[in-house]
Amino acid sequence: MRTMPEHGPSREPEAPEGPDKSSPVPSDEQKLKVVPKNRLGTRENVIADQVFRGIVVLCALAVLAIVGLIFFELVNQSHLSISRFGLKFLVKKIWDPVAEDFGALPFIYGTVVSSLLGLVIAVPLSIGTALFLTEICPRRLRAVLSLLVELLAAIPSVIYGLWGIFVLAPFLRVHVQPFLARYFGWTGLFSGPKYGWGMLAAGVIIAIMILPIIASITREVITAVPRVQREAALALGATKWEMLRTAVLRNARPGIFGATILGLGRALGETMAVTMVIGNRPEIAKSLFAPGYTLASAVANEFTEAVGNLYLSALMEMALVLFVITLIVNALAGLLVWSITRGTPARGLA
Amino acid sequence: MPNPIHTISLGRKLSNWTALGLITMAALIVTVPLFLILGTVVVRGVGALNWAFLTQIPKPIGEQGGGMGNAIAGSILLLGFASLIGVPLGIGAGVFLAEYGRNKFGNAVRFTADALNGVPSVVIGMTAWALVVVPQKHFSLFSGSVALGIMMIPVISRTTEEVLLLVPQSIREAALGLGIPKWRTILSVVLRTASAGIVTSIMLAFARIAGESAPLMFTAFGNEFWNMSPNEPVASLPLQIYKYAIQPYEQAHAQAWTAALVLISMIVLTVIVFRFIVGRGAIKGAN
Repeated sequence: MRTMPEHGPSREPEAPEGPDKSSPVPSDEQKLKVVPKNRLGTRENVIADQVFRGIVVLCALAVLAIVGLIFFELVNQSHLSISRFGLKFLVKKIWDPVAEDFGALPFIYGTVVSSLLGLVIAVPLSIGTALFLTEICPRRLRAVLSLLVELLAAIPSVIYGLWGIFVLAPFLRVHVQPFLARYFGWTGLFSGPKYGWGMLAAGVIIAIMILPIIASITREVITAVPRVQREAALALGATKWEMLRTAVLRNARPGIFGATILGLGRALGETMAVTMVIGNRPEIAKSLFAPGYTLASAVANEFTEAVGNLYLSALMEMALVLFVITLIVNALAGLLVWSITRGTPARGLA
Repeated sequence: MPNPIHTISLGRKLSNWTALGLITMAALIVTVPLFLILGTVVVRGVGALNWAFLTQIPKPIGEQGGGMGNAIAGSILLLGFASLIGVPLGIGAGVFLAEYGRNKFGNAVRFTADALNGVPSVVIGMTAWALVVVPQKHFSLFSGSVALGIMMIPVISRTTEEVLLLVPQSIREAALGLGIPKWRTILSVVLRTASAGIVTSIMLAFARIAGESAPLMFTAFGNEFWNMSPNEPVASLPLQIYKYAIQPYEQAHAQAWTAALVLISMIVLTVIVFRFIVGRGAIKGAN
């Protein structure tokens, strides 16, 4: 493989005349051949530079255009539903395709509850994993463990769903749900028939799926906490845990919060795995054993079967709601993570 | 007599050990689902895995045999066509961000790319449906590729930017100093130096979209037969897994597990190849 330093010297003998293009070229045949190649300011090169710049600017504009187009198409296609139901769409509990009466509340409820459930399970585990990887783990184990966590992120959603239906749901039904019903049934959160699938299963699947993203960003944030902070805490006689709590976690708090919000963004949009385990029933129930429905899974599940323009349009409006929510959530998360890591050199510049 | 500064009360010691224990346990718990899922996929999937599965099209319900050859080919075709859209746009945007993007417009693009990265895939699928399927009036391989291609762009552009920033400034200056114009410097010096890293970014994008099924439901749709035409619906491995998983037949479930095994093997291979490339350094001659 050639590296640049080798590249440079080999051309050097021909180069010196290069940048000087205003003077007429000497009659020397060799120079005649070489010089034009190196004319930086010639018209062709100025044009070529501008053309190249124009092409990459177009690519960058394409990114903006795509997001704009997504928004435009979603609004455009949900026009019918927006004009028919207005803002009431967001607070109505009825979902009746036959009577063509649509409200998104059960779906918004299902999306929020399943995502929050996922966060409640995933956040402590992710912070623990991140702390373990950065502060406790022996060097040799670190690479293996972070590869394993990364692999968790590489498993496709539909395979989580497959596993959820055939392994997780039966396990929850037989082992977890009776236990929860027995000891925590009084809360009202764990009552009713035990199917296995339902809101609880969706929460667990979401938790597993968002673990890697929360863990990896938390890890980045923790690494960004200056070393002196740790050393100061230890020098004051803190135990390792006290050091982690007072010096590391406290400093990293906004960033960890950002990682959590980013995980929330993923959780809200999670589609296939949730569709496969949540039960797909547009109901609002207090019990986490009950089936539910989310915005994303409703769209995925009903869109190809939807008949009638109003039905399609209502599903489009749900996608629009989902789009807007995830945009806001992700922007918030980006801001929080940036506020922590901006002081340290970006990975790319290190 | 111990130095009072160095004595730590039993309570503090206990809470220290408990906390460290809990942290270690959390890390262990996180790895459990990975092994459980991979283990189940291998155990349940390996039974129906044979040559016919990889090369034949599905048989009607109730008949033995048949396979997902068309879905495997469809997935590869979808990835290929999606790359035609996602790779050039992604690299172009990445080059812009790294070389021309140190300004407000660059920040806006960066922010938008991150936003696009967070848009749920099902929403991108609906957009592709509205943009391509509605005007064409039929599902197609092409519309599926548009959805997946859009998903590749933010991954590739942000990773490409990161890698290009790793290329030392002195190399750019050396090239410019030799009188090579800027566009030529970027194309044959900067991009070539960072080529391994850019391959990595494409691999990352592949890993991201290879398992996507939600955006394909109303774009590529699925097909029981072979299809190579961009204008026809096409089967894909993830979508086929979903369709088989929700059927009430044992045999369909077995095939779904086998398809999952094939899909996971393809993705894990990609990730390992990607780690191998990164392990060798994203930048040529970096060490």
